Amino acid sequence: MPSDALPTRRPRSEHWVAPLDETPLQAVDAADTTSTPRSLWAEAGHSLVRNPVFVISALLILFVLFVAAFPQVFTSQDPRYGNLSIANQPPGSEHPFGTSRQGYDIMARTFWGARTSVIIGFFAMLGSTLIGGMIGALAGYVGGWFDEVLSRITDVFFAVPLVLGAIVVATRLGEMSLWTVIAVLSVFGWTNVARIMRGAVISTKSQDYVTSSIALGASSPSVLLRHVIPNAIAPVIVTATVNLGVFIVAEATLSFLGVGLPANAVSWGGDISAARDALRTQPSMLFYPSVALAVTVLSFIMLGDAVRDALDPKARKR
Amino acid sequence: MIWYIGRRLLQMIPVFLGATLIVYLMAFYTSGDPILALAGDKPISPAVEQQLREQYNLDQHVLVQWLLYLKSVLTFDLGVGFNGRPIWDQIAAAFPTTMRLAIIAVVVESIFGIIAGVISGLRKGKLIDTTLLMLSLLLIATPTFVLGFLAQFVFGLQLGISPINVGRDPSWVNLLLPGFVLGGVSFAYVLRLTRTSIAETATADHVRTATAKGLTRGGVVSRHILRNSLIPVVTFIGADLGALMGGAIVTERVFNIPGIGTLLFSSITSGEAPMIVSLVTLLVIIFLLSNLVVDLLYGLLDPRIRYAK
Repeated sequence: MPSDALPTRRPRSEHWVAPLDETPLQAVDAADTTSTPRSLWAEAGHSLVRNPVFVISALLILFVLFVAAFPQVFTSQDPRYGNLSIANQPPGSEHPFGTSRQGYDIMARTFWGARTSVIIGFFAMLGSTLIGGMIGALAGYVGGWFDEVLSRITDVFFAVPLVLGAIVVATRLGEMSLWTVIAVLSVFGWTNVARIMRGAVISTKSQDYVTSSIALGASSPSVLLRHVIPNAIAPVIVTATVNLGVFIVAEATLSFLGVGLPANAVSWGGDISAARDALRTQPSMLFYPSVALAVTVLSFIMLGDAVRDALDPKARKR
Repeated sequence: MIWYIGRRLLQMIPVFLGATLIVYLMAFYTSGDPILALAGDKPISPAVEQQLREQYNLDQHVLVQWLLYLKSVLTFDLGVGFNGRPIWDQIAAAFPTTMRLAIIAVVVESIFGIIAGVISGLRKGKLIDTTLLMLSLLLIATPTFVLGFLAQFVFGLQLGISPINVGRDPSWVNLLLPGFVLGGVSFAYVLRLTRTSIAETATADHVRTATAKGLTRGGVVSRHILRNSLIPVVTFIGADLGALMGGAIVTERVFNIPGIGTLLFSSITSGEAPMIVSLVTLLVIIFLLSNLVVDLLYGLLDPRIRYAK
């Protein structure tokens, strides 16, 4: 029976061939067969620039980055100057977003707050991606009991929610600086990167080109760094982009709980939680920093989505 | 099946030990003396201090403390909290409230999330799909506490149909608004997961077969598309139950609900390490158990999945 299942190639035996879809000859001639095929990233970049979601989110992110770098372009007011005699003013010509209960200019604080959020989001993303990427890549590449141990460690950290772990450490450290917030978020936020990296590395390492480079005598570190990681990094980059937004939200949540940045820091999270007591009297204290935060996080999530679709050939065709 | 459950329960043990050890080390080691935290600003007599140190095993090595703590968890005798009430009683008093809150949130995110996801996935690219997607993105990008403030502002202050602060022994009705807020972000994730999954399954061969043999649209959607698309969604909801209990810290604080989150937060700020560790242990156990339930649900959704012995 097994021999019958194999395709037979006996002489003079006829077999039926399914009709092919006809491709016009001009199209075949037009195909450029000499140029090198585009890489995954070039292909993705090509489709990204035509995707309105990508263009909009990229422009928004550029704008946020510009605000974070040069907030003084948008406002001449000092975000740390509180003038109680002008507290709780509605939006007007002097203070376009109004003033807070402490007499701060809400517009100045909204623009200057971008810097804090962007720095925390970016470096926490960098830190967690480095930790998670290394652990995930080693677990996936080495495998065996080593993978088992690293995966269980990942499970342990995964079981402790990000904000919860951050609160426990943050309270214990007392007053947190920008960098301790970043460190705490990185230490508790790397697990999803590690899981995705591990999965991607496991599926990449069974590819033919990896086997052949091992056969050619390449050392394990060089195979991992030159062949496996570059081909497994795409989903990690997508996750990291979305994580950046998640970290900005987490920082705001910590500030809301009173265990984040010190009270004199200019941050959206701190301003939003200060707005709680003024919900009735000065809603614009809540409105502007919330909108700024939501738009920033939204643009990073949309960017991640767009890049994911562009890297997935199945999704791209549709 | 029994074997599978047993094996999974055994696999939980190292994760459980590791998570409690981490929290234990964090709560006890990262600076700060819990006895001084208990005493507050007042000076404390050496005799009392010595007695308290022995009561909380603080005179032992930290690993011995951890082992003693594990023993106390296994014997359900968690000791007395800083306010003099047994820790077990305090948790038992706060737990039902948070459980109710989490149940409301899970029901909200499952029912609304799956319905919206099905609508969105079956009409991919249409106006309703785009609208729902934008709504989900907005919900994901808004921190839960901002959502809570907005809900308080709109439903509490403007419309006046829901209390702004919930208070002690809340009823299910009073917990409805906080529950919606808690489940808001997860609703968005469930919607997006369902949508992707549904859109993928809707073009599968077996769906075309089901339509071709004359099933009604509703039958095709509910029995052939939905059931085959639910696995990633169920995975997320299960993992989310544990996260929701942790996320309750924020929601309970916004609405002043005396639950696990409030208890946890107050014990964290007062440096009450035994309470912190107990609560985090509880959350980790809930997280692990809900993940196990999810894995068992896989077999129900997809009869092809078999559990290895």
